[in-house]
Parts: sequence; structure tokens; C-alpha cells
Amino acid sequence: MTEKKMTERKLEFRTTVDGLVVKRVYGPADAEGATEEALGLPGEYPFTRHIMPTGYRGRLWTMRQYAGFGTVEETNERFKYLYQQGQTGFSVAFHLPTQEGYDSDHPLAAGEVGRCGVAVDSLQDVERLWDGIPLADVSTSMTINATAPILLAMYIAAAEKQGADRSKLNGTVQNDVLKEYIARNTYIFGPKPSMRLVTDLCAFCAENMPQWNSISISGYHMREAGATAAQEAAFTLANGIAYVQAMIDRGMEVDSFAPRFSFFFAAYTNILEEVAKFRALRRSWARIMKERFGATSPRSMMLRYHVQTDGFTLTAQQPLNNIVRVTLQALAAVLGGCQSLHTNSFDEALALPSEQAVQVALRTQQIIAEESGVADTVDPLGGSYYVEWLTNQLEAKIMEYIAEIDNMGGALKAIEKGYVQREIANSAYDYQRAVDAGDLIIVGVNKYATTEEQLPETLEIGEETERRQIERLRKLKNERDSRRVDEALERVLEVAKSEENIMPAVIDAVKAYATVGEISDALRKAFGEYREPSIV
Amino acid sequence: MDKKIRVLIAKPGLDGHDRGAKVIARGLRDAGMEVIYLGLRLTPEQIADAAIQEDVDVVGLSCLSGAHMALFPKTIDLIRHKGGKDILVIGGGIIPKKDIPKLMEVGMARVFGPGTPLAEIVKFIEDSVGGQRQ
Repeated sequence: MTEKKMTERKLEFRTTVDGLVVKRVYGPADAEGATEEALGLPGEYPFTRHIMPTGYRGRLWTMRQYAGFGTVEETNERFKYLYQQGQTGFSVAFHLPTQEGYDSDHPLAAGEVGRCGVAVDSLQDVERLWDGIPLADVSTSMTINATAPILLAMYIAAAEKQGADRSKLNGTVQNDVLKEYIARNTYIFGPKPSMRLVTDLCAFCAENMPQWNSISISGYHMREAGATAAQEAAFTLANGIAYVQAMIDRGMEVDSFAPRFSFFFAAYTNILEEVAKFRALRRSWARIMKERFGATSPRSMMLRYHVQTDGFTLTAQQPLNNIVRVTLQALAAVLGGCQSLHTNSFDEALALPSEQAVQVALRTQQIIAEESGVADTVDPLGGSYYVEWLTNQLEAKIMEYIAEIDNMGGALKAIEKGYVQREIANSAYDYQRAVDAGDLIIVGVNKYATTEEQLPETLEIGEETERRQIERLRKLKNERDSRRVDEALERVLEVAKSEENIMPAVIDAVKAYATVGEISDALRKAFGEYREPSIV
Repeated sequence: MDKKIRVLIAKPGLDGHDRGAKVIARGLRDAGMEVIYLGLRLTPEQIADAAIQEDVDVVGLSCLSGAHMALFPKTIDLIRHKGGKDILVIGGGIIPKKDIPKLMEVGMARVFGPGTPLAEIVKFIEDSVGGQRQ
């Protein structure tokens, strides 16, 4: 069937940057691949439509706003505010020194303290961070990777001090170091020791914390760094395969850990493409787990994931327009079937979000949940000829990339070769050129631009935060039992050099009030540090 | 034509957001400049030393973590101190508007925010460095 020549707005319509040509109209023939077997019912293999039979009719997604800035007291206040406003889960943003294993008084931490997250140096900070929030009753996600064992240890210790049982704690640590070498860049150690720490943590959780998500395999940051939807999906699953394999290589049985593996993706403004991505992801992962790894528990096959609306699409120009972008992106996440969602604030291309901007972001989710009706039926776009066609196309692209990475010897090898980084850098550059050429339109930036500025009130982090944090750290170091600290750090180093699981020694060290920087230094002594190869 | 304009692109501090820095490095290279991408997690000292050793005309600094007010002025100061009097220093990232005049005061030639077309940066560098050479 050929399309009749008629004048259209463009010579060719394409999906955002994956380059698939979009037809004028789709029909039953395009959705032929969407058989009953390929779709399944919601809650049934291959989970294309949703992981739960009831979708959001049973329980809404968790509304989880990523937050953290300044000192632990300031962030504790923001957490309580968000909770009062109806947020249903917590998500901690740590400042960069904590993420990269430096204390606040390290020369490299100068200027970074409390800036893009909350300053945490020791267990004392974590105890204060959660002051008045019962950790036994809440669900907490922590964006922490290279230092994940340390921050999880601090969370466990703080929770136990509150009287909570570690086996009942709910939450997630990101603990996904592979993507740090590709994007985001908060690695400390090289890939091999890093994989050991990742799997130590996963194995510890499998045995001790049955309700804790031991990893959140993340595509979000790769997308932010420039990956297309297909690349985001494929590279994330390829990393997931590497983690599953590494756990199996440790001698663990797949169904003993895979149910606690979780994922994290971005949602862009192109709603239909994003919905297709999420559906293709669920199906691909279910098939990989069943066919490649022989998982038998359905829970091992379920792709459970958090979504964040995409930060890169926020514009500094006409910032109120971002509220609309975030709404469309959040809608894509919900129509796609996410388990948890963060909506960005409209002022984030300018600064850390203000309280007002954060409230609008949370309200956006609440309006979608309570007013839009899209949560009333499961996978409402399922059966759309176009969405089913796009789902199949994306799944094919994902599998093509995974086959290519398999040929290179897996995700770790592909990263060491710079293949994944290069693919993403190319996409980022293509994107920028398309925007500069006007082939991709960004409203308020390369079309409908205005000269007058609308500047919202933004949040400022004062310089006294750094001074206060360093002062606090000095006081702690004077007051703690330094012999106990030295012994605990010695033990961390010893375990790091052995094949024992690192977690118990790290938990003992944080309980002795050893700091993030000190424990990281002990690990640096054992593992050395990583320098990135330059890939532009 | 005289010799190619030499540019150093670097990220001071602990920030890992390197999409912008990498896209700009490539864009300037495609515009005919010689670009050294120094990478991330660098101290102001390391950047200043590299700028002098590589004898660059331009240093581009990127920071999205909010630490720019601690890192940009210090880097500029060190570059000047080590003898890079005429090096054009430009910056980009998540830089609140109110910080820009302060950065200009300490010698940053221009701050390019999100949404800046590559061509605008190329033109600014060519105009500034070209003017200096005459």
C-alpha cells in the first residue's frame, strides 16, 4: 500500500533521534507482531503490559522526589516538607564529595560541599538526616554508587539505632557502577574491584535485607549524556546482563538475587516513543532472564523501575515552559507503567529547585494520579497500532545492540573499549547539531524565543554550609574513639584484599564513626584509583 | 591563514556532567580549532598548568555542580599567575544569572548557559582571539 502524495509539513517524520521513519498512519498489519504471546496479560510473562495484574488500580506508583542540599538539617526539613505534601517515598541526593569518597575537608571538596546534594561525612550526619523519620516505616532510595557499601552501612546503622530491624528495611541503593564509566562519572576504583563491591553489596542484601533493592541499573544518566531511547534501553540491559552474570559467577542462584534487581530510566517529551520504550524494555528483560539465565521465578523476570523526567530537556529560557515538559514526560512514565517517579522542578536549568518549584513538580504527579484517569486501566495505549509497532521496532534495536555488545565480550569489555561512550557521544553531538540547524525544535530556545527574561526565585547554598560541615567533622574526629576507628579501618583494608564480603567490616567501621573519606581511602589502598580514557 | 586557535576544555571539581564539555570540544574541533579535552575531576592548578604547557589561546571551563564560584575564579587567577595573561577564559554550566557579573569581574570573558548554539561560541572565540592577534 503506498501513501498518496499530499503536502505535509515535512518531507519525512522521524522518531526523535533514533531515526525511525514514522508513517502517516498505522494499521493492523503494522501491529502483527503484537501477538497474545508477545503481549501477555498484565502481570504475566513477558510482562509487556505491566508487571502487576492490577496496574495502578491496586497501588499507585511511588511519588519519590530526589532531594538533598546543604547540611543534613536543611535536607531533613525538605524531606519532612515533601512528606507533608503527599510524597510517598524518599530519595536522597548526596553531595559529590560523599559520592566520590572524599570528606568535606578534602581539598577536592572545596566549593562542592552541600552543593548538588546533602553533605554526609559520617554516621552522625546520617542519624541527623533521618531525625524524626521512622526508617522502619518508609521507603528510601539513595543515589550512591562507588561508595554505596558505606552509605548503605550508615543507613543500616542509623535504622538500627532507631530500633528498626535491618531485614525489614525498604529501599534502594543505586550501586550501578558500570554506567558511571559511561556517564555520570562518580567512579573511584577500576571496573574490576568496583564489580566486586557491587556484587558484595547485592549478595549481602540477598542474605540480610530481603526487601531492599540492591541495585538500580540505570539508563537515565546515559540518556542525559546523549543516548537515544534505544541506546538507553539497550546499554542498560547490557549492564544488567553483566551484573546478573557476575552474581552467577560468584556462585549465586539466579532466583536468589534477581528479584531485588531494579532499574531506572528517563522519560522524554515524545510520549509515544517513551511508552513504547518502557513496554519493549519489560518484554526484553523478561525474555533475557528466562531464556538466557534460566530464571524460573516470575519476580526475577519483572523489570521494576523508577523514572525521572529528563533534566536535559529543561530550558533556562522561559523556565515556566518546563512545567509543561515535565507534565508530558511524567504522563509518558505513567502510561508506560513505572513503579516510582520523580518529576523535575521547572527551575533546574538555573539552580537547585526552590520549595515552590518542588511543590509544583510533586503536584504534577498528583494531578496525573488523581485527575487524569490514565491510572484507571492498565496499559491504556496497548493495542494502538503505532505504539505496538514502535514497541516491536525498539525491542529489535535493543536486541541488535545487545548482540553487538555480546560479540565484544560483554558490557565491561564494550566500556573498556570505549564503544558505549563513543556511541553516546556521537548521539549527543548529532542532537546538538540538529538543534542548531533547526531540525529539532526546542520551544523558547530555537523557536519562539523571546528576549525578556522570566527569572524565578532560586535556591542558594550559602558558603557557611562548608565551614559548618568542616567544623562538625573536626569535632567528631576529636570526640570519637580513635583506636576503635583505626582498628576498624585496618579490618576494612584486610577484607578488601581478601575475598570476603566487604559489608560487615564496613558496617563496623561506620559504627565506629569512621568517615566516608577514611573508609574510601582504605579501599583506595587496596584497589587503586581509576582514570578515564579521553573519549570525545 | 595564521595558525589554528588552540583551546583547552576542562571540568574543575567533582562534577561528572560532561555532555556539554564534550559536545563543545567536538564542535570547536569541527570549526577548525585545535582542541585539548583535559577531562574531569581536575583541580584549578592542574588546569592552569595544562593551559600554560599547551600554550593555548582559550580555556573553556564547565561546571554544573554549583561549585563554579569556588573553582572558576581560582582557575583564572592561577592561569594569570602562571603567565597566561592573554588567555581567553570562558565558562558554561548551570550558572545562576547573578553570578555572571562576578565571574566577568575576575576575568571570565563570557558565560554560555544551556541552550547556546555551537556557532555562537565559535564566533565569540574567533572574534575575541582574532582581535587579540591583530
